Amino acid sequence: MQALTNRAEQVSRKPMSFMERLYLPAIFKGMLITFRHIFTRNPTIHYPEQKRAFSPVFRGLQILNRDEEGRENCTACGLCAVACPAEAITMEAAERLPGEEHLYKEEKYAAKYEINMLRCIFCGLCEEACPKDAIYLSETFTPADYQRKQFVYNKEDLLIPHPLTDKEAYEKALGNRPKKETIN
Amino acid sequence: MFLAIELATIVEKLVLIVIVVMGSLVVAMYTTFAERKVAGWLQDRPGPNRAGPFGMFQPLADGMKLFFKEEIIPNFSSKALFVMGPALAMMTAIMTSAVIPWGDKVILFDREISLQIADINIGILYVFGVVSLGVYGIMIGAWASNNKYSLMGGLRAASQIISYELAMGISIIALLMFTGTLSLKEMVLQQQAGHWNIWYQPLGFLIFIICAFAECNRTPFDLAEAESELIGGYHTEYSSMKLGFYLFAEYINMFISSAVMASLYFGGYDVPFFNEAAHTDMGNWLALIGLGAFLIKIVIFIFIFMWVRWTIPRFRYDQLMHLGWRILIPLALFNMLATGGAILYFGK
Repeated sequence: MQALTNRAEQVSRKPMSFMERLYLPAIFKGMLITFRHIFTRNPTIHYPEQKRAFSPVFRGLQILNRDEEGRENCTACGLCAVACPAEAITMEAAERLPGEEHLYKEEKYAAKYEINMLRCIFCGLCEEACPKDAIYLSETFTPADYQRKQFVYNKEDLLIPHPLTDKEAYEKALGNRPKKETIN
Repeated sequence: MFLAIELATIVEKLVLIVIVVMGSLVVAMYTTFAERKVAGWLQDRPGPNRAGPFGMFQPLADGMKLFFKEEIIPNFSSKALFVMGPALAMMTAIMTSAVIPWGDKVILFDREISLQIADINIGILYVFGVVSLGVYGIMIGAWASNNKYSLMGGLRAASQIISYELAMGISIIALLMFTGTLSLKEMVLQQQAGHWNIWYQPLGFLIFIICAFAECNRTPFDLAEAESELIGGYHTEYSSMKLGFYLFAEYINMFISSAVMASLYFGGYDVPFFNEAAHTDMGNWLALIGLGAFLIKIVIFIFIFMWVRWTIPRFRYDQLMHLGWRILIPLALFNMLATGGAILYFGK
């Protein structure tokens, strides 16, 4: 039969020599190899204390963004929900009332915004669809809970911390994410 | 007067027994931890490191877990024998420690106390007797489980131990011809000041250590519990602390056989490059240094047990039998004849 590649190697059928039949040299050789591994650096990352750096394109849980003054970017246009292939996003829009300018950036906002994290496939299409830089995928990736219903994240779960009252948490959540071009 | 022994001797021996048994248990406990740590080092990973500093409390956590596990006794098992199996395995494992000379004499409360529970003149025969009883624990447990995998494991354990005991016994005969005594204490005394038996019996030691691996059911001879073929082997049906006893007995066996090897071939409590006879003024410290040296030798042997386990894969059963009957026994016979010839030629 013709070999598929030139890497095939013929099995050696020749009888073992006396040294090979003794086995002991081979065993000592093996033991030497394992002994050397005591002194090699082990590549373990001790997870909760150490974390592996994420790739810049990593897609974790969604975050609803605010601008620098802490106003919500989302205008409840529904493009993310339309783009979502898993149909995980639902929202309800409301009109901004006078005196709420410090809460919402534009005159329409999402009164209710829910993402079902059990449906979400973390494809990032919502982030791509968003014209207002209102939603993006963070580096959080291990949600754990006791009930299925708690995996439907509402606005409080999704919103980024307020940049003025909780600056540190806001910057941590933002990370080194480049600012996205918005369409006004 | 029923006993011609004074009360102080009984108290002394009882204290010694408690110390040795507890010591063996603690050592076995930490051997399980060391095994996992060594496995980690040899495989480029850290090993258990979560429970306490460096994972020091891991054996406690393991023990607790085993205690709280549900105890299952299969419906169709012979219940009395099922319970007896692990107890027997544990008992025989601990019993062997009685004749091991842990150290020289110490003087406490004006009494000369030998650091050996019983210096019986047939010490090594006693070790062999008890060790071969050890297989009953495995066999009885395996048979009582009423499970074909357990039975297979038990069968393997029994035939393996019978096969390897022969080679081990013959390799010991050569040593006995050389030393002329069966008492472990006397053998250790003969080996003081660096005249270790390993220099005169290297082949005998090699056979002995291979057989010791087989007797302890350690890899590469752990066919009795070959989990890739027999699920769990003889302890398939065991759970909770009964399983713990079986596993624990294995580690105690390892500890004791390391101690036997150290005292038979490596001078027991003899400290290398150190002349004890010249330092008799050190008194009790001398015995303690000896004990320390003995423990270090044991630790080295235990490490070799583990090192081999994480290097060599398990033998196939026919290979095991081939090695035992057709290689080790002829080799041991040869070693015995050669030793006898040498003793005749050199007149010892």
